[in-house]
Amino acid sequence: MSSPEQWTHPEPDAAPAATAAKPTAEQVIAGLRATDEGGADLVQLLTPEGERVSHPDFDIDITPEELRGLYRDMVLIRRVDREANALQRKGQLGIWVPLLGQEAAQIGAGRAMRQTDMAFPSYREHGIAWTRGINPTELLGIFRGTDQGTWDPVEKRFHPYTIVIGNQVLNAAGYAMGQKFDGKVGDDEGEATMCFFGDGATSQGDVHEGFVWAAVYDAPLVFFCQNNQWAISEPTERQSRLPLYQRARGYGFPGIRVDGNDVLATLAVTKWALDECRHGNGPILIEAFTYRMDAHTTSDDPTRYRLSDELEMWKLKDPIERVKVYLVRQQWADSEFFDGVEADADKLGEELREFCTNMPDPPAERIFSNVYAEGNPNLEAQRDEFLDYVSGFAGGEH
Amino acid sequence: MPQYKQFPLPDTAEGLTEAEILTWHVKPGDTVTVNQIIVEIETAKAAVELPCPWAGVVTELLAEPGQTVEVGVPIITIDTDPGGAAAPAAPAPVAAEANGTSSGKIGEEMPGGRIATLVGYGPKSGTAKRRARKDSGAPAPAAAVVAPPAPAPVPVAAPVVQAPAPVAPGGYVPLAKPPVRKLAKDLGVDLHALTGSGPNGVITREDVETAVSTPAAPAAAVSSVDNGTRERRVPIKGVRKATAQAMVDSAFTAPHVTEFLTVDVTPMMELRARLKNAPEFRGVKLTPLAFCAKAIILAARRTPDVNATWDAAANEIVYKDYVHLGIAAATPRGLVVPKVRDADRMSLKELAVALDELATVARDGKTSPADMMNGTITITNVGVFGVDTGTPILNPGESAILALGAIRDMPWVVDGEIKIRKICQLALSFDHRVVDGQQGSQFLADVGALLAEPGIAMTY
Repeated sequence: MSSPEQWTHPEPDAAPAATAAKPTAEQVIAGLRATDEGGADLVQLLTPEGERVSHPDFDIDITPEELRGLYRDMVLIRRVDREANALQRKGQLGIWVPLLGQEAAQIGAGRAMRQTDMAFPSYREHGIAWTRGINPTELLGIFRGTDQGTWDPVEKRFHPYTIVIGNQVLNAAGYAMGQKFDGKVGDDEGEATMCFFGDGATSQGDVHEGFVWAAVYDAPLVFFCQNNQWAISEPTERQSRLPLYQRARGYGFPGIRVDGNDVLATLAVTKWALDECRHGNGPILIEAFTYRMDAHTTSDDPTRYRLSDELEMWKLKDPIERVKVYLVRQQWADSEFFDGVEADADKLGEELREFCTNMPDPPAERIFSNVYAEGNPNLEAQRDEFLDYVSGFAGGEH
Repeated sequence: MPQYKQFPLPDTAEGLTEAEILTWHVKPGDTVTVNQIIVEIETAKAAVELPCPWAGVVTELLAEPGQTVEVGVPIITIDTDPGGAAAPAAPAPVAAEANGTSSGKIGEEMPGGRIATLVGYGPKSGTAKRRARKDSGAPAPAAAVVAPPAPAPVPVAAPVVQAPAPVAPGGYVPLAKPPVRKLAKDLGVDLHALTGSGPNGVITREDVETAVSTPAAPAAAVSSVDNGTRERRVPIKGVRKATAQAMVDSAFTAPHVTEFLTVDVTPMMELRARLKNAPEFRGVKLTPLAFCAKAIILAARRTPDVNATWDAAANEIVYKDYVHLGIAAATPRGLVVPKVRDADRMSLKELAVALDELATVARDGKTSPADMMNGTITITNVGVFGVDTGTPILNPGESAILALGAIRDMPWVVDGEIKIRKICQLALSFDHRVVDGQQGSQFLADVGALLAEPGIAMTY
């Protein structure tokens, strides 16, 4: 009569349907569970209280100067994030995708990469962009709708932001397979690729395909999943019945869960994973266990689907505070250093405001300019027709 | 020299066309810094705080709390160089189209006036901004112009040129090519009011231009006060509109029955007085409403019908093993009905605390839409207005609502003698599709008995 599956499953019709306005009891419980510690397998080197702890497999020697650098990175990128969020609220950006809370995951992963490694971001990777030497002002056009990112992806080794969920995992798998075919893998000087995506993306077919291809071709690819607990309004339990890092086992490569709010642990685990990939032991999945402290985007209202208790609990696990506590306790940094970082952040914020408010509107022909590498008569005809139409309006282009 | 800058209302969520001002955090004369939160607005999607773009001194607030403002319309003037000469009067308002933040309308107006946007449908926006074509051309073939309906009143503070609100007369979409639609929208012409002269009745550019050059019958009469008629016209929107819709929906779908009961609540008031002095109730605002809430929860256990929903679509009655208790609250923004979630799991003290919080949040206008959804039963405390009773209308989707009247010292017969007692009237309206007279009466009698003798609760 009833199969074993039914013994462990609730009856499908027993759960009331969720609506956008009201999460089901199940979702609420899932949200609360997400606030638990990441479990026994979570790699952590710096606790939320700023205590340095050790781990049998992953550890790191960090100099005071390096740690100050990581702290500075996180403070600056947080300021960039807050400033851009405010610029959206002032009508200067169409939308912004906040990274608040994910600074350690991104700075730790980004600083683990070498210049020769390649990175494929999603759309929230402002911290990774920062570590690739991309000026944050270059991100603003994307969110103002005037360009698609102005950096050279080849030179910066940082692919353009990908908006379609999970799409970049296929791009990254292909790229990493190329590195393998080109013989750039196998020793200390080897290359590797990192691919960034979120917990929601793990439900995408693209991600599955990327996992399969990268696995069977031993591609030097680090899948870096920032599990920020919420795929817009869907909790992680709506993505998977088991912790995401355990998915890797099914594809035949290692999966590790790291405290994504711990910059040291993230740096250590990612460095290890990249080294494995360089030597031909890829791919590897890293699940950075973190939390999205702000909305999914500026168009989203998270108070409609998640509880403020959850946010309060994660505030205690702030990625920046724990490093600050540790720096102070070790006497690795004084108030002069912290004030200096604050001043740099203020300056960066001002640069961003200045740049954004003075950003010129692109000409209408820009729409057509990057469709093909070379000229195309059909497109040119369309362009001319459109420009003619646009010029019929008083007051210019739009 | 003082230098004035005006901050136009931004589109905070991809394609919104308007927002309501909730609260100003600054006032004229205040010094503000960059990114200081100056105002809270409510859009169709969320309540959002807006940061200040410049440092300086606030010269003028250009929109009142409660006012709905179109995206792109200035809401505040800031003097970014207040050290200069004596401040002259505020500058002339900047026309909205002069700045780059016009609303992101991507689609056409839908029947009912909502506009398709990038991420769904924005709020109703009745007005259109004017922007002229370069050469409007000579008057072209005549097109029949149907006189547009009377202009809807528009908030007078909005400093843009506003056309009368077009009222979509029906569900059909007028035939016109996109550039012509755009032109009509820019010129504030309602395509519904035009008859097309093109093939198959398609509205042409000429039709639109003719409509504009024809002297418009009711021009820009936007004042909302007409001294001649001694009437005042106020736009129906916001909470008023939502309330009206909910009440009409409820009154015309659920057959209402109302029953009344007068109760001697002296024992309840005595218990309340004793509990107020008990240490565990210290600092708790223990109101008769809290007792009434507890009584309802207890009584609903015996009569679950009053806590059920008539689901006409599914042809089912939905019985709920939980009570989300709605409390009708009068607020400066109008009637809102926030809920105490899972009230059935709360003790009297927890209920009292929750009710107090609810009232505070509601009075401050901070009740979020989510807080107001999915109630199962409601209390309306008309007693606070000194009223004895009423015939409440059900909150849509619920099957019962109880009105709690004022508690008064009244003559009452106790053991054959007239005594002065604390007397209160209860009125219960219920949905007769779900609840019969027997269950309704039982429930009301139970609530009454619990208030008349709280010790009865021991038997539940």
